[in-house]
Amino acid sequence: MEALGSFVMDQLLKMQWLSGLVWRLLSPLGLTEGTQWGETLHFFAYDTAKIVILLVTMIFAIGYVQSFFPPERSRRIMGRFKGFWANVAGALLGTVTPFCSCSSIPLFIGFTRAGLPLGVTFSFLISSPMVDLGSLVLIMSTFGPGVAAVYTVVGLLIAILGGAFIERLGMDDQIADFVRGGAPDDAELMAMTVRDRLAFAGRETWSTFKKVFPYVLAGVAIGSLIHNWIPQDAVELVLGDQNPLAVVLATVVGAPIYADTFGAIPIAEALYYKGTQLGTVLAFMMSVTVLSIPSLTMLSRVVRPRLLGTFVAVCMAGMIVSGYVFNFLQPFL
Amino acid sequence: MARVQVMGSGCKKCRQLYENAVKALGEGSVEYVTDMARIADAGVMATPALVVDGRPVSAGRVLKPSEISALVYG
Repeated sequence: MEALGSFVMDQLLKMQWLSGLVWRLLSPLGLTEGTQWGETLHFFAYDTAKIVILLVTMIFAIGYVQSFFPPERSRRIMGRFKGFWANVAGALLGTVTPFCSCSSIPLFIGFTRAGLPLGVTFSFLISSPMVDLGSLVLIMSTFGPGVAAVYTVVGLLIAILGGAFIERLGMDDQIADFVRGGAPDDAELMAMTVRDRLAFAGRETWSTFKKVFPYVLAGVAIGSLIHNWIPQDAVELVLGDQNPLAVVLATVVGAPIYADTFGAIPIAEALYYKGTQLGTVLAFMMSVTVLSIPSLTMLSRVVRPRLLGTFVAVCMAGMIVSGYVFNFLQPFL
Repeated sequence: MARVQVMGSGCKKCRQLYENAVKALGEGSVEYVTDMARIADAGVMATPALVVDGRPVSAGRVLKPSEISALVYG
């Protein structure tokens, strides 16, 4: 039993076989353990290879699961739940349905026409970009599985409660007119064979990997650069635990960042290592993924200004609160 | 109305599907639809989508020209 435990720890998680392999490749070149160049090259090769293996395996597995949840099926499943549980279903399915931000409008219309309550659609729309495979994978490789898990749970809570709250406000009249229409056909697009699913998972793996990998490398590089670049005091002053408004600032700044959401994560990492608190960093990442200008622009085409404003306010409130809670809990984690 | 339509919001992926469709079928044969009401009416929830004779045959994917030909003629 002990042997099995240490096998899992050493070979699966730490991949000692990989470490040994890299040394075997480097040693004939004179780059052995203990030499400065040897150690440096070993670190980069081993760390990068380890991340690549983990990423590819994870994305492929999750991609395969995602092939079971095209929007049509998610819609059908969400329709079976009533009230609060519908919001829960919406939030959970939002994470597992493969989602591209340019689809958010047709998706919104499709859900609304099928009769799903407005708040449930919003639960889906909040969790989809926030608890998204690419972001999660990047957060995990940058901050570790613990932070990724916390981010996921908090994201789901915001999606569920935010959506439920919006539902309570009864803003059904705040949807653009063309959104309404007859209930759509419930036919699923095409059935998928196992081979189709493997192909789908393969494509998802390749495209997500391509998007995420540069930022993973950036994250590895940032670890060594930040000590030389950003003055610790300046960051701590504005975003550290002495500034009570740090979380609000992080959330508000995160929203209009037009950059790729993935680009924000190495920034978050740099800030974290320079003394920004965990909650502040989490709020920043959430705000960047959900309240990005492209997403909001899309949403503004289907939803009237009052509802859009409410959506932004609800999300920000949730993120700010979570940020403060986590800053508070940080010493205990 | 063209027999084949590419439905999308104008983002890079959607334009790519349109270009691939034109490559496969010729420019006059493909209509590029960005009007959200029409896209929703077609029952499409994931863009970019390929619609043939009013029925969506692919959604959420950028198909290669060869795949498009197969779906339209095959």
